[in-house]
Amino acid sequence: MAVDIQYSLSREDWSLHRKGYLDQQRHQEKVREAIKKNLPQIITEESIIMGKGKKVVRVPIRSLAEYHFRFNYNQGRNIGQGSGGTQKGTVIGREAPEGAGKGPGAGDQPGVDYYEAEVTLEEVQEMLFQDLELPNLQEKKKPVLASPTYEFRDVRRKGLMGNLDKKRTLLENLKRNAMKGKLCIGGITPEDLRFKTWEEKMRYETSAVVLAMMDTSGSMGTYEKYIARTFFFWMVRFLRSKYQQVEIVFIAHHTQAREVTEAEFFAKGESGGTRCSSAYQLALEIIDKRYPPADYNIYPFHFTDGDNLPSDNEACLEAVRLLLPKINLLGYGEIVNPYYRTSTLMNVLKRIKDERLVTVAIKDKSEVYQALRQFFAGARGRESGGTRI
Amino acid sequence: MEQEFKALAKAIEAIHNQARKFGLDFFPMRFELCPADVIYAFGAYGMPTRFTHWTFGKHFYKMKLQYDFNLSRIYELVINSDPCYAFLLEGNELIQNKLVIAHVFAHSDFFKNNIHFAPTSRQMVETMAVHAAKIREYEFKYGHREVEIFLDAALSIQEHIEPPTIFPVAEEEGEKEKGPSRPRETPYDDLWALDGKPKEQPRERTRKIPPRPTKDMLAFIMNNSPELEDWQRDILAIVREEMRYFWPQMETKIINEGWATYWHARIMRELDLTEEETIEFAHLHASVTQPGKMHINPYYVGSKIFEDIEKRWDSPSQEDRERYGRQGGEGRAKIFEVRTCENDISFLRNYLTRELVEELDLFLYQKVGAEWVVVENDWEKVRDGLVGRLTNCGFPYIVVEDGDYQRRGELYLKHCYEDLELDVPYLEKTLPYIYLLWGRPVHLETVIDGKTAVFSYDGKKNSRR
Repeated sequence: MAVDIQYSLSREDWSLHRKGYLDQQRHQEKVREAIKKNLPQIITEESIIMGKGKKVVRVPIRSLAEYHFRFNYNQGRNIGQGSGGTQKGTVIGREAPEGAGKGPGAGDQPGVDYYEAEVTLEEVQEMLFQDLELPNLQEKKKPVLASPTYEFRDVRRKGLMGNLDKKRTLLENLKRNAMKGKLCIGGITPEDLRFKTWEEKMRYETSAVVLAMMDTSGSMGTYEKYIARTFFFWMVRFLRSKYQQVEIVFIAHHTQAREVTEAEFFAKGESGGTRCSSAYQLALEIIDKRYPPADYNIYPFHFTDGDNLPSDNEACLEAVRLLLPKINLLGYGEIVNPYYRTSTLMNVLKRIKDERLVTVAIKDKSEVYQALRQFFAGARGRESGGTRI
Repeated sequence: MEQEFKALAKAIEAIHNQARKFGLDFFPMRFELCPADVIYAFGAYGMPTRFTHWTFGKHFYKMKLQYDFNLSRIYELVINSDPCYAFLLEGNELIQNKLVIAHVFAHSDFFKNNIHFAPTSRQMVETMAVHAAKIREYEFKYGHREVEIFLDAALSIQEHIEPPTIFPVAEEEGEKEKGPSRPRETPYDDLWALDGKPKEQPRERTRKIPPRPTKDMLAFIMNNSPELEDWQRDILAIVREEMRYFWPQMETKIINEGWATYWHARIMRELDLTEEETIEFAHLHASVTQPGKMHINPYYVGSKIFEDIEKRWDSPSQEDRERYGRQGGEGRAKIFEVRTCENDISFLRNYLTRELVEELDLFLYQKVGAEWVVVENDWEKVRDGLVGRLTNCGFPYIVVEDGDYQRRGELYLKHCYEDLELDVPYLEKTLPYIYLLWGRPVHLETVIDGKTAVFSYDGKKNSRR
């Protein structure tokens, strides 16, 4: 006789239930896709460039919202509940100021939606730098600095407990048990233990120096400086994350050029006229004194609005002609004012026909990304990366 | 672990017996003890067996994050099915799970007896498993990306269906209209002509599609889109069927949670709890029924209304006795009647009284500048405001006006505007999805700033006139 049982309690093995995680992973993938698509905008986000040392940034990712027809919540009336005798006119909440960190609990406010995704600087960096490189990097004859690295490439039966290879150990145990007819993990004995061991390898690198030159004259407005700094911000990060042996020299100039520290370089605001040749001259001096071209790969990058003293243009041309044989690549970035264009340094430099001179015009924030690709993506990237002027 | 399991089994038995004593009438109950991430997965998908899509992953992540940070705990997860499945969180304290169990028995009673659930399938667990298998098969056949893109589009209009109804006539109305207007043709028709009367010309039928505006956009597109392949129609049918299953849950949120909260409190009071458990229970119950500020707490408001109804029918006022002939002592019977007949809208309309609005301190608030300000506390306006918010489960009411707009096969939708504008950026992102489903330009008529506006998407860009 079956008894009519009205209730039951059970517990199953849910360890294989991965659906939530798999779909979460797909969502994560989509976040990354969206970030990649928006890289040109994201890398110029103030929160990244200005957020000193902040590791996590919130970037707007529009494509991840689930679009459907919905009401404009900022308009309608919502129902709320007080703790007694709430009167008309009482303020019960304020919109969070923009940029304020919102915890995961922000969803209870009407109209607040998850437009933004959190990404770490490392993630953005990784995607941005994925296929960037120093172009035309050559082996130089100066005895290169070698640095040892360690790689785990072997598994042995003896070793340090700290290097225990848990996965292999469990597999061994499973194998041993299985041979005895038991299909389980357990009873680990010393003979199951497996250890990882390392090999020492030497990494050889050729040496390189980057000369970062920025125009800090009066004609460089907030916008122009922001663009130049954004470029150099990513350039410095890129060099530091990808290369161990690269040195960076910072040069700021108006009518005169000066070698400055990194902190000064990024904080500098000056005024006065512009004499770009001064920067090129200083670069030449520094190269001659400290970085013989035979021993170094040399990369000068110069950012300016191009508003140079007309009388100085010929001097620039001369200096650049002197520079080119010594270097691998000279990057010239001109921040174009969309409203007026006088004859700029760019027009003058265009007279030089040399593979090693790469000039880029930047018309708005999002083109910083193009500039990075133009300079650093190598031949492959330059083909695909926008216009080369 | 074994200990925990045994204690739970005992608790279920005791709670079951008590629930029966109170007259709750539920489906056979299947409790499952699960780890947190499994429960959160079920919560995100709405059903353990549902198909996979990245949007569920997004919700799962959000829910799990809140759990990991201890910001929220799911108190219940129960499925409208026969037998009724309920999931208990492994590692919850016994008293927490006892509360959940009592709560869940009441939900099951609600699912089984509330009239709005009558048209729902009680085999949806199995049905959704079949759906998921089909979608997996389509992914295999037509490509994961292809199916995902299509699902994105289908889900963007999932709320635009005709809700399942307890009055099945309404649905067939459209069908009838086609049929009988034309007289039947028979072999003897020419006989009528012998009378010399000119034969009535069959009316030039300008068949409109749809014959009258339909709310069921999903069904309309599924049946009429020239663009779709069979597997795509099938996905639309799946999305629609699942939405129709979830719909009654969305329109009974307050009353259903209120009912479950009312009963878990009553049942727990009857159990043999230790002193410690009693205190812990009081603490838990208080946190479940904590009033919200920017929104109302359905557990709290719902259970308060039930308690109020019971009180008013148990000891009616002089006026109630004279006008409505209430005898008194009918409280229990009355709340069981209410749980059978009402959904959120009728529940609030009929039983949210002035006294309750004032006692619960409900109000309407609105955004003024950067602030949210209380703009109304007159009880009738508050009640009507709440009811207005819940209409159509809070989704805009949009109908398909014309499936052959300007004779070009374009789709013309109309938002039935009632004082609340649509979110324009969202609207402009949704139209391309519908374009993908319909294959021809799509238009939506709505009202912006007091004026009629038509938004269109032609496959390349949005426009507005």
